[in-house]
Amino acid sequence: MSDTAYYIISAVFVIGVLSGIALMSKVKYAVTGNFLSAVCMAGAIIITMIKYDILPVWLLWASMAAGTVISLIWIYKVKMIEMPQLVAVYNGFGGAASAFVAILTLVNGSALSVFSLITSGLAMAVGLVTLTGSLVAAGKLARIIDGKQIVLKGHSVISNTLLVLSLASVVAIGFGAIDTIALVIVCSLVSAAFGVIFSIRVGGADMPITISLLNSFSGVAGAIAGLAVSDILLVTIGGIVGASGLLLTQIMCRAMNRSLSDILLGGHKGSGPAQEEPESVSQTPEESNEEVPAETDVRDVLRQAKNIIIIPGYGMALSQAQMLVRQLSDKLEENGATVKFAIHPVAGRMPGHMNVLLCEADIPYDKLYELESINDEFKDCDLAIIIGANDVVNSAARYRKDTPIYGMPVLNADLAKHAIICNYDLKPGYAGVDNPLYSKKTGVTFMLGDAKDSLAKLIEMI
Amino acid sequence: MHPVILVGLFIAATLVGYKVIKNVPSLLHTPLMSGMNALSGVTVLGTLVATAKAVELQSQILGVIAIVLAMINVVGGFGITHRMLKMFRTKEDGDNE
Repeated sequence: MSDTAYYIISAVFVIGVLSGIALMSKVKYAVTGNFLSAVCMAGAIIITMIKYDILPVWLLWASMAAGTVISLIWIYKVKMIEMPQLVAVYNGFGGAASAFVAILTLVNGSALSVFSLITSGLAMAVGLVTLTGSLVAAGKLARIIDGKQIVLKGHSVISNTLLVLSLASVVAIGFGAIDTIALVIVCSLVSAAFGVIFSIRVGGADMPITISLLNSFSGVAGAIAGLAVSDILLVTIGGIVGASGLLLTQIMCRAMNRSLSDILLGGHKGSGPAQEEPESVSQTPEESNEEVPAETDVRDVLRQAKNIIIIPGYGMALSQAQMLVRQLSDKLEENGATVKFAIHPVAGRMPGHMNVLLCEADIPYDKLYELESINDEFKDCDLAIIIGANDVVNSAARYRKDTPIYGMPVLNADLAKHAIICNYDLKPGYAGVDNPLYSKKTGVTFMLGDAKDSLAKLIEMI
Repeated sequence: MHPVILVGLFIAATLVGYKVIKNVPSLLHTPLMSGMNALSGVTVLGTLVATAKAVELQSQILGVIAIVLAMINVVGGFGITHRMLKMFRTKEDGDNE
């Protein structure tokens, strides 16, 4: 095939992939968009095999078939609550594959240019950081590893040293200073170690940011590998993935009121036990929990409310209460109420996770509202039902400048006429800041304990 | 291809991608990410060429592993995205079925 033909066809595929993503901006066309991207990817594989004249190599087909079979079994089995760890593992695989391309290029390539050498080295470093970082993140999300932040003695010194060593070995590869194979091994080990060190420092609730960032890295690794082997499809599509991950990282950082450097370098909100003691920052009057409204009141509130907003949080997902949430919403609607769902950007463990969980429970997506579009409606709503959410409804973020969550966008559940809180307990959330909503004297009902039990009680009351 | 053109393509793709992806509603961010997993599997193109060129056994083994991993990303990524997107529906859609 002529180069010109290859470039033109490649351009068509890249435009196809971009159109596929563009179609995802409307839910209605999203399935079509995904399909279009998939077709373009299949086309890209075929055209590359034709260009390099490797169609008849059976080993390639066998390997691709093996990957296909493994992935089909895997995605058939995976549960929606496990999506964050699945995406994390896939980020890692993408990084690893790119790193291996780079290693093969370095080991087998002859007379590589300095540009190819350096980009190969970089792709290997970024790819392996993505691999180990993602595996640690996935382990934390799947609770195989303790989800808490792990900070080693001299953590920053270790990570900075590893980073410098890794970059130094990439430069050394570029100038062919010493034996390439030796350098490849050193660079691999150092980069892999850096990935682990960087990922263990991130706490569970910061995971949405980490996996978005690693998503970006997996694309960037592919793009850099593309630079090394002069493959325009790798360069462009890798760049698109990198951009997507970066965008999501920004969105998550904004939603959590954190800067990226805080999370990566262990900034202002450490794992210090001081912040886990509610008393230390307590402004709660002692008598707050005494006047628990009688059950009949709750019953009335539930039956009479016309405008209801449900705020699901990760606690709901953990107790697997999605189906009960849907039953509750159905019953309330039968009763003549309007039910909407308010979804905070960080309600789950990855961007958009809560939407997927609710849609899985057959809740129509047009009832799911983003923070910006629903926050003004709380003041007119009769009842807000909070299920396993805490920091995202903490109104302290609006006015208490001394707290780490100050300025973070929150759902204004405190403005609703009445709030029912179905949380496990009244401890502050991950941010360790007391929620003023908990100390409101009127208009708040607590249903503490497992969300499933609380919801079952609520459903019975209607 | 000249390195400058490649780097230029990378920057262009990143910028265009950023603009397009910005329009995806946060409702669909999880499927977007799994879709991106599939796209990051584009590195399978590099693995195919590198493996075909590999002569030594160790290189071939590494290449095969790379193809399998990248292919898991491609098929798994698109597959799980499809599975998720199909769950998103409105009340009317649900009644029609």
